[in-house]
Amino acid sequence: MLRLFDDIENPYSPSAKSSASLAEQVVGMGPKILEENNSQNWEQLLVLVSETNDRIAFRRLFNHFAPRIKSFLMKAGADQTMAEECSQEAMATVWNKAKLFDPNRASASTWIFTIARNKRIDAIRKVRRPEPDELTWPDEIEPAQEEALELKQQSEILADAIKNLPEKQRQLVEKAFFKELSHSEIALETGLPLGTIKSRIRLALERLRHAMG
Amino acid sequence: MKNDKKIEHHLSEDLLMRYSNGTLCEAFSLAVATHISMCDDCRAALESYEAVGGALLDTTDPEEMGDESFESVMALIESQPVQTEQVSEVVASDVPSALSDYIGGSLQDVKWRPIGLGVKQSLLKTSGNSTARLLYIPAGTAVPHHSHNGNELTLVLKGAFEDEVARFGPGDVEMADEDLDHQPVAVEGEDCICLAVTDAPLKFQTFIHKLVQPFLKI
Repeated sequence: MLRLFDDIENPYSPSAKSSASLAEQVVGMGPKILEENNSQNWEQLLVLVSETNDRIAFRRLFNHFAPRIKSFLMKAGADQTMAEECSQEAMATVWNKAKLFDPNRASASTWIFTIARNKRIDAIRKVRRPEPDELTWPDEIEPAQEEALELKQQSEILADAIKNLPEKQRQLVEKAFFKELSHSEIALETGLPLGTIKSRIRLALERLRHAMG
Repeated sequence: MKNDKKIEHHLSEDLLMRYSNGTLCEAFSLAVATHISMCDDCRAALESYEAVGGALLDTTDPEEMGDESFESVMALIESQPVQTEQVSEVVASDVPSALSDYIGGSLQDVKWRPIGLGVKQSLLKTSGNSTARLLYIPAGTAVPHHSHNGNELTLVLKGAFEDEVARFGPGDVEMADEDLDHQPVAVEGEDCICLAVTDAPLKFQTFIHKLVQPFLKI
């Protein structure tokens, strides 16, 4: 890991030069946001970017998501250079569109995934993607707080279920979703016999179902 | 655009999954986007696939970004003009905007070409091997026999048709493959307009949709 990235990874560490002033910028968010790898704060960071153009919040989002968008694009077939360029562009879109992020409608990772997905379509597949009409809430009707909370809980359960899959199953699910592979293509790629793959996917599904109750 | 009548025939899980991960071609995406604009059930299903995508993105192994990558992004942001509130011009239409973009307005603006027995069609310009067209079937008329050697998706926009499988009204989707031999007939009372999409021989994968079924009840 580059030295540069060590600093970036931990902007709030005591060694970070301007940590006091940085912390001031997120005053009011409580101490939780300062914790590293606290994925539950991505939504708050996005809101900070949206409301105050907070570069420190954006840098934390960048550190987590840019390398993962790059990874997604490479798994979808882009080469290193293109994936790097497109993930930079996707992150610029995250900054530009942060105002459109609605924590009542989607988790931060889901919202960022749709941006990365659209980048894949525009830049790599170079096709047009017709979009559904936006659902617009009448101004006076705010989605109920408990609905937002439930959405957040469901998203977390789903993310945890995927995180807790055995590594091989997680990779398989990821391949199928990111790469548009058929069973037999996955067999070719992984060198695994077809039957094993099917039963692994079935196992993965059962675990997910179980986790979702 | 929403329907008063309940939509009974929905998009396949496979189409929703491929629309959500960005691998579906333009013509089928057009049909998916149009249907989702009319159907809250499928919109919810799409969003749960996107949540799967988000969770996978969150857990995927990262690829190290290049040096100065963050600085490049900030430079990119600064080089772009500040975005003003864009109020996109809403063209009044009787179809969802995904589709009105392709026909340049409403169904009455469509330039139809007769294809026999009173049935008319209008091809929509999409990239790739799949074809999207609008079909106009006068009430009580059968669609001239046609064969498809791949998948065919038919989305009803207005009126209704019946075939050996079921009755399909506004918002309903029928998926047919080469094995289905059917002859749709527009029901009496109202002319039927459909969006029909056919592909080149192309196999949809069908297993991944099972992955998210447990989440569709969210």
